[in-house]
Amino acid sequence: MKLVTAIIKPFKLEDVKNALEGTGVHGMTVSEASGFGRQRGHTEVYRGAEYTVDLVPKVRLEVLADDDRVDSVVDAIVTAAQTGRIGDGKVWVVPVESIVRVRTGERGSEAI
Amino acid sequence: MNSALNTGNTAWVLTSAALVLLMIPGLAFFYGGMVRTKSVLNMLMMVMGSLFVVGILWVAFGYSMSFGDSYGNNGLLGNIGQYDWLTSLMANDPKASLPAMAFVAFQAMFACITVGLIAGAIADRTKFGAWMVFSAIWAVLVYFPVAHWVFDLNPTTGGFLAKWGVIDFAGGTAVHINAGAAGLALAIVIGRRVGWKKNPMKPHNLTLVMIGAGLLWFGWFGFNAGSEAAADNSASVVFVNTFVATCAAGLGWLATEKLRDGHATSLGAASGIVAGLVAITPSCSAVNPQGAIIIGLLAGVVCALAVGLKYKLGFDDSLDVVGVHLVGGIMGTLLIGFLATKAAPAGVDGLFYGGGLSQLGKQAAGAGIVLVYSFVIATLIGLVIKYTRGFRVSTDDEVLGVDLSLHAETAYEFNESGGGGHFAGVGHAARSHMEEE
Repeated sequence: MKLVTAIIKPFKLEDVKNALEGTGVHGMTVSEASGFGRQRGHTEVYRGAEYTVDLVPKVRLEVLADDDRVDSVVDAIVTAAQTGRIGDGKVWVVPVESIVRVRTGERGSEAI
Repeated sequence: MNSALNTGNTAWVLTSAALVLLMIPGLAFFYGGMVRTKSVLNMLMMVMGSLFVVGILWVAFGYSMSFGDSYGNNGLLGNIGQYDWLTSLMANDPKASLPAMAFVAFQAMFACITVGLIAGAIADRTKFGAWMVFSAIWAVLVYFPVAHWVFDLNPTTGGFLAKWGVIDFAGGTAVHINAGAAGLALAIVIGRRVGWKKNPMKPHNLTLVMIGAGLLWFGWFGFNAGSEAAADNSASVVFVNTFVATCAAGLGWLATEKLRDGHATSLGAASGIVAGLVAITPSCSAVNPQGAIIIGLLAGVVCALAVGLKYKLGFDDSLDVVGVHLVGGIMGTLLIGFLATKAAPAGVDGLFYGGGLSQLGKQAAGAGIVLVYSFVIATLIGLVIKYTRGFRVSTDDEVLGVDLSLHAETAYEFNESGGGGHFAGVGHAARSHMEEE
């Protein structure tokens, strides 16, 4: 079992969500995030005082997947989130030791 | 019945008093939007807190100090015992066209908002109790006497600046220079905020700032046109001048920003509104509408440039009380000397209308005297508070945020988890519960 975490541009969330549903993903966790990579933030001016804002608003999306489905999940995210411009984000995958569905107590792949 | 009573005038003055009161929450919003999320409630509390304190003092003896007969007719201070708690003003005076209490109410709001203006200079870091103490002492030692100098127009028992012929229709000196100079003094005495010129100190809510500016503009018609104390032609002239000067100041500030920074900003628009209102306050009765536009435009441009001075000179006037109120007040007061025209209600010609330099000299004297007096006394009061009970919160409390450390509140709740807490009881029970844990 794997945890797929994706940092994407906020306006791409709908596309990525649809693409994941298309590959049979039934659930995900989405949170507002901010950060920077090669894309930096912007400058704001208040009464002539300039402030640099380094952190760019992003969406952080987390999906749990079985090992044999991880590649299709990652591909779906990357394809849907890509604009080709700087700041498209990142996707990473880490192993997951165990998963429990709180409502039923199911464990492992059953709980995904 | 009161045969001399003018009901129209009375209605306008009472309405104006309520309009000026509305400026006080307006000012609180204007300031509150400009501070960070962690100190917005404290900013609202400082403005409203000084209103409570000064309101009581005004009724007790402040009105007497401002509008009582001068001791020795020298125009320095009204007789503090003249209208003891205002009881003697309650009876109906059949000879009065305007009830004394209507004027008392109108002028009360001026005292309260003037003290509130100072709060913007010391945002984010001031002990609430110390601010309340300062409000009381500064009102008594500075505002009440200065209001007497400027606003008590009685030719015998009135104030000395008014007797000299200094034109200040609604408070360029008594309100704005006065508050601006005190703000500068306190910003210096209390010192800079932790992280000033290093950490981001962006306004946290510019929509709130614009709501505040809108309420200020609305209420300012009471402030200026109400200062005529009558519903008449002069009040109407003043109304139009107040309106159009503010439009010009908004344009002036935005044009300055566009040329200097590349963008016209909403904070600039809100600030321009206030700068224009400040500058037209003393001058609204002395100029024609073109004069008002020139005053507004110049105030917008100069104040937009002046707010940058604090970064060069190194004082942390957090919300630019100096750059907007002190500078705008000086401009409006001095420009009367150039742009006054006999055609306006004040009936005086300035330099550009063939009146020579005499009015300009009076205006400069009035502005300078109020500036120096307020700055010196505010500095002394500030130092006494600083070295006795302390004026500033601890660095830890400042970093945590004064909303939480001073008032035990936070302004905004963005999630359902409520910070992960639980109900801990009521009043003292809550406190002992916390201590047990």
